[in-house]
Amino acid sequence: MSSTTSRQRVTVVTRLTRWITGGGLSTLTFLLPLLLIFGIFSWWPILRAGVMSFQETNLVTSQWVGFDNFVKVFHDPSFFIAVKNTAYFALLALVFGYPVPLIGAVLISEVRRLKGLYTALAYLPVVVPPVVAVLLWKFFYSGSATGVFNTVLGWVGIGPQPWIQDAHMAMPSLVLAATWGAAGGTVIIYLAALTSVPPELYDAAEVDGAGIWRKLWNVTMPQLRGVLFITLILQIIGTAQVFLEPFLFTGGGPANATLTILLLIYRYAFQNSLGGDYGAATALSLMLAAFLAILSLVYFQATKRWSTS
Amino acid sequence: MTTYSQVPPAVAEERVGPDANAKVGGTRRRIARRGGAPLFDSSERTLMSGFERRKRSVRFTLFAINALLLIVLLVAGLGPIIWLAKSAITPTQDTLRTPMEFFPGGTAWDNLWKAWVDVKISTQFLNTIWVAVGSWLVQMLVATTGGFALAILKPAYAKVVNALIIGTLLVPSVVLLVPLYLTILNPPLIGHSLINTFWAVWLPAGASAFNVVLMSRFMGGLPSEIFEAARVDGAGPFRLFWSLALPMSKPILGVVSIFAVLAAWKDYLWPLLVLRDPAIQPLSVRLPTLQQAIELDVYLAALAISTLIPIAIFLIFQRLILRGAGLGGAIKG
Repeated sequence: MSSTTSRQRVTVVTRLTRWITGGGLSTLTFLLPLLLIFGIFSWWPILRAGVMSFQETNLVTSQWVGFDNFVKVFHDPSFFIAVKNTAYFALLALVFGYPVPLIGAVLISEVRRLKGLYTALAYLPVVVPPVVAVLLWKFFYSGSATGVFNTVLGWVGIGPQPWIQDAHMAMPSLVLAATWGAAGGTVIIYLAALTSVPPELYDAAEVDGAGIWRKLWNVTMPQLRGVLFITLILQIIGTAQVFLEPFLFTGGGPANATLTILLLIYRYAFQNSLGGDYGAATALSLMLAAFLAILSLVYFQATKRWSTS
Repeated sequence: MTTYSQVPPAVAEERVGPDANAKVGGTRRRIARRGGAPLFDSSERTLMSGFERRKRSVRFTLFAINALLLIVLLVAGLGPIIWLAKSAITPTQDTLRTPMEFFPGGTAWDNLWKAWVDVKISTQFLNTIWVAVGSWLVQMLVATTGGFALAILKPAYAKVVNALIIGTLLVPSVVLLVPLYLTILNPPLIGHSLINTFWAVWLPAGASAFNVVLMSRFMGGLPSEIFEAARVDGAGPFRLFWSLALPMSKPILGVVSIFAVLAAWKDYLWPLLVLRDPAIQPLSVRLPTLQQAIELDVYLAALAISTLIPIAIFLIFQRLILRGAGLGGAIKG
């Protein structure tokens, strides 16, 4: 009974003053920059993406069109080209780019003198601004006989290659440049993981008579498994959103050979002279996000089963 | 090395994490004192034992592998940068005819001057610095105040806010591209378009979940007794923030700051969309459009100038950056 009367006495006003004197207001003041910035520039745009994909929007009006945007994207012949190219880029990036940092990190971790120099050299390409890296490599890829890479190939008797001007060589060339710019970051992650392998495990393996290779396969690799799983899925998520390389190297060409999903989104939204098709662009970006989310879920389920068995 | 008598170096260096904070001040000082010592202590034990290293066959192979690795790293890591530096001061014709030779027809130092003055790379250079500084300020403001509120003041709704922030980590940035662009065109509260103003880059940079998570995890690991003691002594939240939480978070502030500045230097697509006026574009946006307009040697000089600051930052803060890069992997995981 007393609780009811006290509850009646606590009016809105007294509750508010209590909240303020209890520090509620100053806490909220501290959170204000975060709430404003995230609210306006992160949470609201994410919600808006969901709404916009079902609308036909120009800058003045927007109209509800149901799944039309998704249907339109599906019927665009560029869509399947972009999906195929993006998958090809991701696959090539895995083949070229996934083993390189791992091998590099294992070798660097065995270096005893000047280890800092090795590490810094491996990380240096990551520091070069990506735009500069792409423009520089674009020049390296010059198809003339006196292009930088063609000169080097000439030293070993190989004739000049067309590089990014050829529909078949363009994508591998892009992947090579992208790998150069990204491998160093992964090397550092592996190096950190390698230093946290408990030394006792190596000691124990040696007591059992294991040689260097046995230790590498039976101690190092299993200890790195968690990190390797994560870098794999992060790399796939990253390469599925590749934009800079195809945009600056080839603009999607030659003959759409390097048109990726992000490039297509960019074209929908920002390269249309009649005004952006924002609905199609957000619909495609949501499809990509949904695909990546499902892929990650399946992936983590699968790897969880592996690591427990 | 003797300074590491108690804490194993690998462990000490790993300790950017919050729980280690009590020791962080000391660790940082010790690292600083070590000066030019290698990144990781060489006495730590890795895959190969000392016994194995001393075996003659292993020793020879290892030497060969290390030498080969160094050559590969020099060619792949440093090679393109050296080439760029060389070509920046080489006349166009020499670079086109014999790209792999060093100065067959002398140098052309005035390329740098032409790029800086005639092409007005100086404007873009200052714009880039301006973009980086502003983005850094906004990120710092959001991450420090937000991290402090979530980790130390801990309001009842902190869990919800935290979940919403971590949730944004799961959304690929491409989803935000178009709606964020429309938000900048027609922002709430402000009433006029932010296109072609630096605010269009500065403000969205603040919405970095990565920064907030790093900050609040770090501050959450600070010893709570200190804050309780200060509260008992009558310190208000602003005092706790300014005199305790901020100074104690210096190590993580350094990591967040450097990555904020480097990220602003690297960003391309977003400034391309919202900074349409060449007069306020940063280097990354302007460089691709210069390609057709100017002489090749001056263009390469402009590329070289654009690389200067990030490489300088890397050389100065190498240790901090490399530790932070490893940390990034840990957080993402």
